[in-house]
Amino acid sequence: MMASSYNIKEEDGHHSGSSGPGGNAVRTKKPDNTAFKQQRLPAWQPIITAGTVLPAFFIIGLIFIPIGIGLYVTSNNIKEFEIDYTGIDISSPCFNCSQSYSWNTTTSCTCSIPFSLDQPFESNVFMYYGLSNFYQNHRRYVKSRDDSQLNGNLDSLKAPSKECEPYRINENMPIAPCGAIANSMFNDTLDLFYIDPNGTRTPIPLMKTGIAWWTDKHVKFRNPGGSSSNLTAVFYGTTKPLSWPKPVYELDTDPENNGFVNEDLIVWMRTAALPTFRKLYRIIQKKNSLTPTLPRGNYTLDIVYNYPVRSFDGRKRMILSTISWMGGKNPFLGIAYISVGSVCFFLGVVLLFIHHKYGNRNNSSDIPN
Amino acid sequence: ARTQVRTDPSETSCPGSPPSPPTVVSNLPYEDQRPRNQPNRRYAGNAVKTNKYTLWSFLPINLCEQFRRLANIYFVGIAALNFIPEVNAFQPQVALIPICVILTLTAIKDAWEDFRRYQSDRDACLSHPRSQHGFVERRWKDIQVGDFVQVLANDIIPADILLLHASDPNGVCHMETANLDGETNLKQRRVKSPFDPLSFNATVICEKPNNNLNHFKGFLEKDQIKIGFGIESLLLRGCTVRNTAAASGIVVYAGHDTKSMLNNNRPRYKRSRVESKMNKEVLCCVFLLFCMCLIGAVGHVIWLKTFSSVPIYFIPDSDGNETPSVVAGVYRFLTMIILLQVIIPISLYLSIELVKMGQVFFITQDIDLYDKEKDMRMQCRALNITEDLGQIQYVFSDKTGTLTENKMVFRRCTIMGTEYPHTENGESGKWVGQLWSHQDTTVGRDNILPCLPLRCGMHITVYHGATHLEFFLALAICNTVVVSTETAQRQRVRDPVQSTLYDIPTSSSSVVSEDEVQGTPCKGHTRRRQTWTASSLAGPKEVHYEAQSPDEAALVHAAKAYGFTLLERTPSHVSVRLPSGTTLTYEVLDVLTFDSVRSRMSIIVRHPHTKEIILYTKGADSGIMERLSQMKSESRVIANKTQKHLDMYANDGLRTLCFTRKVQEFNYYDWLVLRQGAMAAIDRKDELVRKTAADMETNLTLLGATGIEDRLQENVPETIQALREAGIQVCVLTGDKLETAVNIAYSCKLLDHKLVGKPVCKPVCVSQEVCKNMLSGTLAQLPLYDTQEAKVSVGLVIDGRTLGLLLDSDLQEGFVQLCTHCRAILCCRTTPLQKSRVVTLLRSKLGVMTLAIGDGANDVNMIQAADVGVGISGQEGMQAVMASDFAISRFKHLKKLLLVHGHWCYNRLANMIIYFFYKNVAYVNLLFWYQFFCGFSGTAMIDYWFMIFFNLFFTSAPPIMFGIMDREVSAAVLLQLPELYRRGQHEGGYRRSTFWIAIADAFYQSLVCFFVPYWTYKGSDIDIFTLGTPMNTASLFTIIFHLAIEIKSWTVVHWVIMVGSVVVYFVVTLAFCAMCVSCNPPSDPYWTMQEQMSDPMFYLVCILTTVVALLPRYTLHALRGTLVPSDHLRARQIDNMPPHHRDLWLQEWKKLKDLCASYPSLSSSTAQRYSTAQSPSLTLVQDPSPALAQSPSLTPVQDPSPSLVQSLNPKLAPNQGLNSAAL
Repeated sequence: MMASSYNIKEEDGHHSGSSGPGGNAVRTKKPDNTAFKQQRLPAWQPIITAGTVLPAFFIIGLIFIPIGIGLYVTSNNIKEFEIDYTGIDISSPCFNCSQSYSWNTTTSCTCSIPFSLDQPFESNVFMYYGLSNFYQNHRRYVKSRDDSQLNGNLDSLKAPSKECEPYRINENMPIAPCGAIANSMFNDTLDLFYIDPNGTRTPIPLMKTGIAWWTDKHVKFRNPGGSSSNLTAVFYGTTKPLSWPKPVYELDTDPENNGFVNEDLIVWMRTAALPTFRKLYRIIQKKNSLTPTLPRGNYTLDIVYNYPVRSFDGRKRMILSTISWMGGKNPFLGIAYISVGSVCFFLGVVLLFIHHKYGNRNNSSDIPN
Repeated sequence: ARTQVRTDPSETSCPGSPPSPPTVVSNLPYEDQRPRNQPNRRYAGNAVKTNKYTLWSFLPINLCEQFRRLANIYFVGIAALNFIPEVNAFQPQVALIPICVILTLTAIKDAWEDFRRYQSDRDACLSHPRSQHGFVERRWKDIQVGDFVQVLANDIIPADILLLHASDPNGVCHMETANLDGETNLKQRRVKSPFDPLSFNATVICEKPNNNLNHFKGFLEKDQIKIGFGIESLLLRGCTVRNTAAASGIVVYAGHDTKSMLNNNRPRYKRSRVESKMNKEVLCCVFLLFCMCLIGAVGHVIWLKTFSSVPIYFIPDSDGNETPSVVAGVYRFLTMIILLQVIIPISLYLSIELVKMGQVFFITQDIDLYDKEKDMRMQCRALNITEDLGQIQYVFSDKTGTLTENKMVFRRCTIMGTEYPHTENGESGKWVGQLWSHQDTTVGRDNILPCLPLRCGMHITVYHGATHLEFFLALAICNTVVVSTETAQRQRVRDPVQSTLYDIPTSSSSVVSEDEVQGTPCKGHTRRRQTWTASSLAGPKEVHYEAQSPDEAALVHAAKAYGFTLLERTPSHVSVRLPSGTTLTYEVLDVLTFDSVRSRMSIIVRHPHTKEIILYTKGADSGIMERLSQMKSESRVIANKTQKHLDMYANDGLRTLCFTRKVQEFNYYDWLVLRQGAMAAIDRKDELVRKTAADMETNLTLLGATGIEDRLQENVPETIQALREAGIQVCVLTGDKLETAVNIAYSCKLLDHKLVGKPVCKPVCVSQEVCKNMLSGTLAQLPLYDTQEAKVSVGLVIDGRTLGLLLDSDLQEGFVQLCTHCRAILCCRTTPLQKSRVVTLLRSKLGVMTLAIGDGANDVNMIQAADVGVGISGQEGMQAVMASDFAISRFKHLKKLLLVHGHWCYNRLANMIIYFFYKNVAYVNLLFWYQFFCGFSGTAMIDYWFMIFFNLFFTSAPPIMFGIMDREVSAAVLLQLPELYRRGQHEGGYRRSTFWIAIADAFYQSLVCFFVPYWTYKGSDIDIFTLGTPMNTASLFTIIFHLAIEIKSWTVVHWVIMVGSVVVYFVVTLAFCAMCVSCNPPSDPYWTMQEQMSDPMFYLVCILTTVVALLPRYTLHALRGTLVPSDHLRARQIDNMPPHHRDLWLQEWKKLKDLCASYPSLSSSTAQRYSTAQSPSLTLVQDPSPALAQSPSLTPVQDPSPSLVQSLNPKLAPNQGLNSAAL
C-alpha cells in the first residue's frame, strides 16, 4: 500500500525513527524469521482416509446404540393418555358445545367425557391441553404482545406497544394484557374425576401452580405496582381483552397466581413453536409412595367448553402424561440414535473392507521396498 | 524541504484566461492583483491532497462511495423494507445492525487508509520557512503556477518546474528521481535558454498535464521566437536536486497536475478471476433466494385458502379487514426476502478483503522472497489478486534483467572486421601499450590492466590505429552517461540519512561506481585507476559514472579500461582523456536520443581540432546495418565480417551493439533548422523528431561492434523447469537478437534437447502471404509431432517482424493454435507494444490466466496487459515495478511466489468462498424449513440478535482464519512437486460443481438441523425460541465441524479460533438470554438457553444432529481419500512422514514422473525423420548449436563457445590466457 505512493518522508531527512518502513540502516526490511510469519507453525495435519476415520465410525456406533436403547426404553416407560374432546363427531358428548363459533358467549357450555386408564400412572402426572392446527407461531400473532406491559411496567400498562394492534385499545381504554396472544387465551376449564368402582366421583386435586417456568413467573411476568395486593386498583383504567369473560385480575383468587403472574396466562403467552402443540395445564401430584397417582379405573373429564376451534379446523385434546428425565413420551430420539449408531457401525465395516482392499495400495505401490 | 519563491511587487495587470494548451506567464507582474485577476488562476494550486476525505466530509463521501457497491444498496434496501409493517420480518431498528456493522467496518478501513495518505501529504506540504537572497520562503502549498522557484542542493522539488537558471555555469542541474521511479542515477537537466526571473516576459506554452515521466513538450514564446524544450528542461516534483547549488525556474504544473502526482496511482483494482466467478455464484444465490421466496409466497396463499373462516390467531388490519390472500402473498414474498437475505452473504466481500490482507501480509513476510542484497521484501502492490497467482497458465518473461542479471560485462569487440576478446583477468596491457607505446609507460607496466590480447598488435596499429581510436572514442562519447566527480559524490552523501539511503540502492541501481566493479569489465580496474591517479600529473579527479542503462556503463568502463576516459559531460561539451593523457573536448551539437523504433542513438559533436562535425551512432545491428554507406567495397567487406562476428556473439549469448561514425560535411545547419522545428512542435512531435534523427543517421561508416555479456541470474533454469512441471507455459519475449535469445533460452532450459524440433519463422517472411503459407505449413506439421505422444512438444522461435505479421487479424487464429502446440515460445526483436499484444492475444483467445514478468520500461505494456504483472526491481529503474501487481527482486522468487503462495492463496480463498456460501445457505435454510410449519408467515424461530451474532461473531472468524492460514501441503513439498500447481490452473479448487455440491450439502445439513429437533420436540409443549435454541446450536456445531473437516492443518491459531468460536457462542448466548428480559420486545428468548442447557435432551439432540449432518461429507472424504486419492492427498501423506522417509518418497515420485516424461524421448528418432521434411522457409532444427547444446552445464556467458574461440585465437582461450605472454 505504501509502496504505491511515493513517500517523501523517506528521502526527506525528517526521519521519525520507527515510522519509516525502510531506509534505516540499522533496521532492515528483512522479515522476522518466526514460525508464525513464515507459516511454519507446528501443525497437526489430519488426513481423512478410510483407515484414519475407521475408529471414529466404530466409536460413534458403539456409543450411539446404547444411548438409543436407553432413550427408547425410557420413552417406552412413560405413560401417556390422550383424549380428543373437540366434539366433531355427533356421537361425542361435546358435539353441541363445539357448534358455537362465538367467543363472547356468556353462558358456558359444559360436557363430560368418560374414559378409563388401563394402567396406573405412578409418579406425578402432568395434565396438558393440546391444540391442533393452531398457528401460535404465525409471525404477526407472535409479535402481538407487549412484554414490557407484562413485566409490570406502568407506562406500558396505560399505553401498550403498537405491536398489540388491533388488540391494543378498546373503548379508549388500554387492554391489559394487550395483543392477540392474550386475547386468544385458552379458556376451557378441565376437571378430572375418578369414578370409583362403586360409582362415586372423586375429584382429583389439580395443582394450578408450578406449571410455568420459574423465571417467567418471577422475572419476566410481574404485576404492575409490585407486590401490591390490590390488583383491582392497579388495573384500574384498563380493560379486559375482547374475548375474555373477565378481567385479568380476576383470573384466580390466589393473589400469587393472579393478574399477569397467573400461570395459565404465562403458559399461554409462551407461544408454541409448532401448529400442533400441548401446553401444561395442571399437575397431579403423587400423594404417597403406596398408591399410584392415577390408579387403573374409570374417570370422567368435565369440560367447560368455551374455546372455539372450528374456525381453523382445530382439535382440542386433554393429555395425561408421566414425565422422565427426557421429558414426555417420544420414541423418535431413541430410534434415531439406534439407527444412526447402526449406520455408523455399518459404514465402519464397509470402510474397514475398503481400507483392507484399497488402503494399502497407496502406501506400498510407490515404494517397492 | 525548503523552497524560495521570489516575490517582486509590480503594478501591471493584464489577466487572460488560459487557452487550451496550458500557457504560463510569470506571476511577478500580478503579485498584488486579487486572486481572480491572476493570469494563472485556473491552474491547480500546489497544495496536494491525496486523501479523499476531510474530518467533516468523511461520513457523506464515504457512504456515497460504499453505496456504489450494489451489494450494499441491496442490503440497505432490505433493511428499509423492514420498516413497512405489513412486510417486516424483524424489528426494523435491529435489522439495520448488520448492514451498519459492515458499513462501519469498511468505513474504518477506508479511514485508516486515508489517514495514512493524509500523513504523507502533511509531510510533503509542510516546510519550515526561512528567508534567503531575494527569494522568500513559502510553504509548498502556497506555490502557484507561474511562480519562480529556486531550489537548493538536496532540496526536494516542490512542483514541476521549467528550468530557467542553474548555478552551474553550463546550465546543468542534476536531480535524483529515486522518489519518483526509484532510480538512483542522477538525471541531467539543462537550461535551454537562461532567463533572469525579474525580466522574464516570455510565455510558456506546454502540453496538458499527463503522467508520462519521460516525456514533456512545450516551447517558450518570446518576441515571436519559439524555443522548444522537452523533458530535459523540466524539474519534476518529488525529485531531489543534487550536485547543483541552486536551480530556479518557472512553475508549469503544480499540485495534482504534476507528473509525479499523476503517476501516483492508488493500488490498482483488478478483479480476480475467482472473484468474478464468485459474482456469478452470488447470482445463483439470488436465484435460489427468489425461488425460496416464491415458494414462501405461494405457500402462504395456499395456506390461507385452507381456512374457510378467519381463525382466532389471524390478526386483522387496523381497520379490521383481512388482507386479500394474493396481496398477502406479495407481502410474504417481501418478508421472505428479508428473512432469507443472508443467503446472499453480506459479509463475504468484507471477509474476502480481510483474507486478502492477511494473505498479502504473509506473502510479504516470506523470508525466502527477501533479497538481502537490496534489502527488499516482496511487494504486493495489487491487494486483491493474490489468488490469481495460483492459476497462472502462461508466463511471459522478459529476458534482460529478468532472466539475466542485467549486469553488463564487456566481453569482446570487433573493430574494422577484426575480432578481439576482452578477458576478465587479462594478462597484460600489451595491446594498448603497443598501440600507443610512445605514451604513458606506466600503463604498459601495469599487469592488472585488462587487455585485448592481439596477435600482431603493431601491425594493426599501423593500419588501423586511427579507426581503433575512433572506435574507442565512440565508445566513450556516444552515450548519455553522466560523470559525477568525487566532490559531487561527497556532496550527495553529506546528509547522514541520505548516505544510508544511498548505500542500499546503489547496488540495485544502474549506478556503476568505481567501488562496485565486480560485474564490470575489468577486475583490476580500481587498482589500475589508483596507480594512474598517482602517476598522472594532471591529477584527474575520481570519476563516477551514472548510466541509465547498464550497457552504456559497461561500454564507458570498457573504453576507460583502454585508456579512453570519459571525464566530463555537459550539454554543450564532452571531454575524453586519451591514453596519451591529452584531453579532447568535443563540442556537443546534438544528441539524438535512443528510441525503440530506431533502436539506435547518436551524438553529433564538433572535433576540437579539425572542427569537423562528426556523428557517432550506436545501435542494434538491425538499426545500423541498413544505414551504412555502401560506397566502398572495402567497407562492405568489413560490414560482412562484422556481421559474422555479431552472429557469433549472438550465438554466444552476448548482447551486441554496432558503432558507426560519419563526418558531416555540409547541410548540417539545414538539418538543424528542421530539427529545431521538430523539437518545438506539439503535435506529432515524436514522429517529427524521429524522422529528423533518421535523416541524419544515413551513410554511416561502420567502426565496429561490441559484445556484452549478461549473466543468467541464479536458479533460472531450475525455476523455469519447475514452472514447466507446474504446467505453466513459459514464453520469453525479448528485444534481443534471435541468436542471443536462442542461446540464453538454451542455457536457461527454456529450450532443451527433448524438444523434437524447433520451427523458426525466419525473418525471411516479409509479406503476409508468405507468412500465411508458412504458418499453415507449420500447423500441418504439428500433428506429426503430436502422434508420438501428447507430451512431445515443439519450441517456437519467432522474430519481431514475423510476429508483427502474425498478429494481424487473419493470422491470429493460426498463431494462437501454433502457440498452444508449442512447449516453449521465444519471441525476439519484439517491441514493447508487440509484447503486450502477444499477451493480450493469447489471454483473450485462449482464455488463459497470464502472468508477465519484466524489469524495464519496455515491459510495462506487457505487465499491464497480463492478468498478473510482476515487476523485478533490477538495474533498469522502477518503472516495471510501478506498473506491476507484485514486485520481486529475483526471477527465482517467482517459483515460490507461484508454486507456494499462489497455490496456497488460491486454495485458501476458493475454499473460503465455497465455505461462506455453504455457511449462509445452511443457516438460512433452517428458517426456510420452519416456514412450512408456521403458515409461511415469515416467523423466525431464532431470535434476530442471535442471527446477527451468528454471522458476525460466532462463525466469522473461523472462515477468515481458514482463508488466511490453512495449508494443505507444506511449502517444501510444494516446491518439490510443482505439478501440484496444476489443480489451480484448471480451477480445481473452485468449480461450479464444487459450489453446487456445497449448496446441496448445505440443504441436506439444514434439513437435518431442522428436522432432528423438529421430530424430537414435535407435539410437545415447546415454544418457538426454545425450539430454535437446539437448532441454532446444532447448526453452529455443524458449521464449525464442517470447517474442521475442511481444515487441512491445525495450528495453535486454528484451535484457538475454533474453540473460541464455540465458547463465545455459549457465553454470548447465555449472557444475552439472562440479561434480555424484554429488551427486544416482540421476541423473548429470555432464559431459553439456560432452560435448554439444563435439559439433557438438548445435548442428545445437538450431538445426534451434528453427527447426522456431517456423516455424508465425512464418509465421502474418507472414501475419496482411499479410493481416488488426489495428488494433493498423497503429497500430504508424504508431508506427514519423518524427513528421511519423506525424501525417499519424493525421489520415488519424481522417478515415476521422469519415467513418464522420458518415454517420448525414446522415440525421438522418429521425430527426426519428420523434421527433415520441411518447407524451405521454415527451419525445424534438431539442435541448432550442437557444441553448446551437448555440454549440459554450459553457460555461454561464462565460457565463450569453443568454436568461436578457435576461430579467433585458439591459444588465447580465456583459461589459457597465460600462454599469450609466450607468444
